[in-house]
Amino acid sequence: MRVPELQPKGDAPVFVDAGDVPPPIAPKNPRAITWARRKRSFLRIWAVYRRNKMGMWGLYILAFFIAVAIFAPLIASKEGLDPTCACTGTPFSPPSLHFPFGTDNYGRSVMTLTIWGSRISLVVGLVATLISIVIGSLIGIFAGYRGGWSETALMRLTDWFLVIPFLPLAIVLVSVLGRSLAVIIIVIGVTSWPSTARVVRAQVLSVKTRPYVERSRALGAGSWHLIGRHILPNVGPLIFANTILLIAIAILSESALAFLGLGDPLSISWGTVLEFAFGAGAAGAGQWWWLIPPGLAIVFVVLAFTMCGFALDEILNPKLRER
Amino acid sequence: MSLLSVRDLTVTYRTQSGPVPAVRGVSFDIDRGEVLGMAGESGCGKSTVVNAVMRLLPPKAQVTGEVLLSGEDVLKMKPGRLRAVRWTEAAVIFQGAMHALNPVQRIGDQIAEAIVIHGQSGEREALVRVGALLEQVGLPPRRLNDYPHELSGGQKQRVMIAMALACSPSLVIADEPTTALDVMVQAQVLKLLNELQHELGLAILFITHDLSVLVEVCDQLAIMYAGKIVEEGPSVKVFGQPAHPYTSALAGAFPAIGDHRFRLAPSGLGGDPPQPEAIPSGCSFHPRCPLAFEECPVTVPELYPAGDGRRAACLLVEHGARVGAQP
Amino acid sequence: MSAPATTEVGEPVLEVRDLHVRFQGRLGLGAGLVGKKAVEARAVDGVNLKLFPGEVLALAGESGCGKTTLARTIMGLEKPRSGQILFEGKPLADLKKYRRRVQMVFQDPTAALNPRQTIYESVAEGVRIHGIGRASDALTEEQMVARALSRAGLRPPERFYLNYPHELSGGQRQRVVIAGALVLDPEVIVADEPVSSLDASVRGEILKLLLGLRNDLDIAMLVVTHDLGLAWTIADRVAVMYLGRIVEIGPAEDVLTRPIHPYTEALLNVVPEAGGLDRPFLSGEPPDPTRIPDGCRFHPRCPEVASGAAKAAGVEAKCTGEDLGLERFRVEHFAACHLARLRAATDTEPSDV
Repeated sequence: MRVPELQPKGDAPVFVDAGDVPPPIAPKNPRAITWARRKRSFLRIWAVYRRNKMGMWGLYILAFFIAVAIFAPLIASKEGLDPTCACTGTPFSPPSLHFPFGTDNYGRSVMTLTIWGSRISLVVGLVATLISIVIGSLIGIFAGYRGGWSETALMRLTDWFLVIPFLPLAIVLVSVLGRSLAVIIIVIGVTSWPSTARVVRAQVLSVKTRPYVERSRALGAGSWHLIGRHILPNVGPLIFANTILLIAIAILSESALAFLGLGDPLSISWGTVLEFAFGAGAAGAGQWWWLIPPGLAIVFVVLAFTMCGFALDEILNPKLRER
Repeated sequence: MSLLSVRDLTVTYRTQSGPVPAVRGVSFDIDRGEVLGMAGESGCGKSTVVNAVMRLLPPKAQVTGEVLLSGEDVLKMKPGRLRAVRWTEAAVIFQGAMHALNPVQRIGDQIAEAIVIHGQSGEREALVRVGALLEQVGLPPRRLNDYPHELSGGQKQRVMIAMALACSPSLVIADEPTTALDVMVQAQVLKLLNELQHELGLAILFITHDLSVLVEVCDQLAIMYAGKIVEEGPSVKVFGQPAHPYTSALAGAFPAIGDHRFRLAPSGLGGDPPQPEAIPSGCSFHPRCPLAFEECPVTVPELYPAGDGRRAACLLVEHGARVGAQP
Repeated sequence: MSAPATTEVGEPVLEVRDLHVRFQGRLGLGAGLVGKKAVEARAVDGVNLKLFPGEVLALAGESGCGKTTLARTIMGLEKPRSGQILFEGKPLADLKKYRRRVQMVFQDPTAALNPRQTIYESVAEGVRIHGIGRASDALTEEQMVARALSRAGLRPPERFYLNYPHELSGGQRQRVVIAGALVLDPEVIVADEPVSSLDASVRGEILKLLLGLRNDLDIAMLVVTHDLGLAWTIADRVAVMYLGRIVEIGPAEDVLTRPIHPYTEALLNVVPEAGGLDRPFLSGEPPDPTRIPDGCRFHPRCPEVASGAAKAAGVEAKCTGEDLGLERFRVEHFAACHLARLRAATDTEPSDV
């Protein structure tokens, strides 16, 4: 508390008491300060995320599937994918002790198929989404920041891609380029970037006019500094939440395309397993053990990503947060 | 009997981090035709007082005390009686009122709505009254067919005043009515309020952070700080010769042009107005007070008489010291 | 150090010559096809201004008068249609270098700080943009930030490094914004309503800080404000703007106690004071910069025209028909008013406050 004086001295240096400001740890150099800030920020978001039940369950499920995909060689032997392997059992047999999910038309364990299938499904989903996010964000940021003719031109381009129908494009590209994973990834990437671009552009427009961006300009900042320091960090979280949801869609799309016979016939993914199953008439023959595990796997993974995405959206989008 | 008599009003919000006292024992009276100004900064609780008087607080707010409107306690009224009283006896011009107009409804209809709801007349007659009201606030009656976006800020504020007067209340509570307006328009609106007050014999409770505005229109002044009234009295006296150090500092922020004491000599207080979550002990002003001494953090001051009809909640006043005129 | 004498004949550190800034309205597609022209707002319509080293110049007026646009154009945030801005006598060349010497303080400190950046980073931003503060320079980045925060009154500076803007109070945030402007050691600070969004009891301290910066660091300041009381408190000179032009400019004491232009008088009349609302002030709204009146642009609202005084003096025709610029009335005190000119010529003092 201050020493009382009847007449405050007019020229005394202005002392603004930092008493009510929480004392943070003050490291000595600026680089450490940046990392300290990033760490604090991350911990804060994590603390809020942990309280979100939906988000946590999504995370648990995701962690499970990612672990399955990574440790696939340890859980199920790769030879189990080879139809000529001696480890195969009787074809079309229902679940048993040896084959918990039963066997397919070659006698391969459906469990092995499902476990190994997770790899392709997840990887394709991630790569396709990555392409989509990169293209979408670049276009969105450029269009939003530049404005004028470039913005109009880019947005019309975005609209054009937005309208391209997903399935016909896939069929056309497959018939032209042949069936492969690369084609699937291209198809998914090309048809999903427009939504990202639109969302990013809207956010950039909103951030661009904020007073702190103007202050940065007044300080002498050039475009790169503004984009890198102010616009991206404020657009980033939105992109991130969008990404998570896009991955879910990408995995679903891959499964759908594979199921329809447009995927790579030599790769094992949940979609291709379903394709074989349907092709071999499993549905009609009542061989549920062949259809349900890969189907459920798709459902759970997509659900998990969606739950995480929604939780993140709630946290990162302040308008959705409950007060 | 006073028109409005508030006795020991206390409002506490229940929050996740515990109870937060927004208003801590406020008492004042307004007689018929009297204008009371209430000044204070952010976090002092003045807007909460307004909402409490009209019982417009959210359920998580705990209200104790008495709010007697013409002798009836508003806090204890039955909902039916409360609805009947609202607007017909006491009306409010809210903060940011200009944004409270429905953008897709003509202003004439919006004003008439108040009249019709209170069953004072049917729709046709209401519009006639609306025309008269608009004239009273200085707008041509034909503008009742306009939409809000066709009006300027000052005109929208006049519409809000017309709306408040729609059911001929005896008390008007104006919460920051001129804050968002330009200086010239602000003067026009203040003049209007002044004229209406004289014409209609209104009692007005005028809430603002701009102390100088209050001196122009109010008879009595009450200064709020951290949920309490720290000084009250005739406005000219309170502004000209403040008894409480906070009033002194606040008045210093609105210097008189031509007064050489203020020329190139800005005066202000260190620190910031306290947030309701963290109110200092004892006299809540002591951390920022240039005249604080050992008793201040420990003793909670009452409103002590300070001469000339003023009362101030300062231990120095209790001890009879004079804090002095504007610095 | 006291304020410089107003008759000091020195070189201005910042000068504006015949500046015009226009804003184009937007046209819908239909209107454009039909051949309608978009309305043009003449926000700054021919302004000449000089800012001398170490002086505080207040730019006052209602909203829409162009003072904020003028300030922003001086900062390079808006492009002028025509006219020149001279810094230290030379036209602006390298905008980035210019921005090291001329800095801005914004109206709303909460919005002016990136909520995701710590205080340290917000203040250090200027240093990083200009690539100074490296180990090889006289002062490191951290030293510059600490010095700026101290000068802005936040002591000890280290306690604030890792805080975020929302953890500080309004007054402290404005100090951070000021520190951000000070870190580059500017010669001029342009402050746009520096205290209007702060609580009343806090304003004095920030104003004291600004005045202290002028006294201790010799920084010249252009303060944009609608509050003439603020001008009385800290300004050496006051310029009153109306509809994009300066209508009166002179030493603060003179302009505020013996105004020449009727608009200045009207603005002074509405500064609230005990004793009432009986002084005459203007009716109507602040004017529209897309429709500037002929002749003296103030004539539709001028009380002297409305009361007939202009007619009686025989200048009404000029008021409605002849545009005019600033003319000298007293020492360093200029105004643009036909009636005042007539009265000064015939040795009658214009009406005083």
